[in-house]
Amino acid sequence: MIGILVVSHSADAARGIAEIARGMAVAGDDIPIVGVGGNDDGGLGVSVAKIADALTEMLPKCEGILIVPDLGSSILSSRAAVGMLSGEEAAKIVIVDAPVLEGAMMAAVEASTGSDLQSVVKVAEVAKNLIKIDH
Amino acid sequence: MAFTLEMALRALEKFNEAVEEKKDYLTDLDSAIGDADHGINMNRGMKKVMEKTRGKEYGDFGGLFKDAAMTIMSAVGGSAGPLYGTYFMKVGQKLAGRKEASIEEIADAMQDGLSGITTLGKSQVGDKTMVDAMQPAIDALRANAPEGDAAAWKAAADAAEQGMKDTIPMLAKRGRSSYLGERSIGHQDPGATSIFYLVSAFRDASAEN
Repeated sequence: MIGILVVSHSADAARGIAEIARGMAVAGDDIPIVGVGGNDDGGLGVSVAKIADALTEMLPKCEGILIVPDLGSSILSSRAAVGMLSGEEAAKIVIVDAPVLEGAMMAAVEASTGSDLQSVVKVAEVAKNLIKIDH
Repeated sequence: MAFTLEMALRALEKFNEAVEEKKDYLTDLDSAIGDADHGINMNRGMKKVMEKTRGKEYGDFGGLFKDAAMTIMSAVGGSAGPLYGTYFMKVGQKLAGRKEASIEEIADAMQDGLSGITTLGKSQVGDKTMVDAMQPAIDALRANAPEGDAAAWKAAADAAEQGMKDTIPMLAKRGRSSYLGERSIGHQDPGATSIFYLVSAFRDASAEN
């Protein structure tokens, strides 16, 4: 099973986006979709420790984990958190270049069909070209 | 003379004082091209580093810099967190098991730290980042090592200051400021500025013996 970790500058946004993604997926409750965000004081920001803790908790349940970050320090912090894991664990994790909501949602749908990490990554990347309003 | 664990502790104290004193200035620089949080974030991060490390007994540079790294990565919140955190982590790993080191060894450790920053941020010299102050500082530290520790640290801090000023005409290629494109030109990079304070803190800590 592939897990999805949403990383945002806002804890509320991360949790909310994870919730939407879970709702969109087929049997979304069965796949680990987690959202982490905010700095350690609860304000806007990103905490490497929070990301590392979430990954450590998800790893035993997942064959692979897709991290969907919002922007900037979410990406740097995710890379730093992955860097703190063992090589074997880190090899199971991909940080995807995708819009955070659309990427998480499409990844969740794909993951819920039992796809492998590579397929989930590909689908999340496609979210970059998603046309939301067809004029 | 060598660089000692005691000097490293003092350097962190001085860096904490510098970011406390300059937090509004750093935030002003960051509000021009970034998200106006560098001063506040560094101030919060270094305060927590001091809470963690002050009064604690350390057996080597490795333990001290690891504590600093883990704390700053959690506490800073912005990009400076993972970047400074990775820097301290790599410096600590290079100097693990040691209580003192020569200037050349410190320069090697700083270079390892900087490699951590460039790997994480995919940044290089000329991108208008921390790297533009740190790389010249390391080069100057190493080049001036034969002149003695004080002269080497002075040269390093001077080079960091020059590198910091050299970011003003640069076009930002990384981070929030890169979204501004040409409008980033003419502003000094806040990350390069805090690196100047860091190197200056090491210079001052090394001078008091």
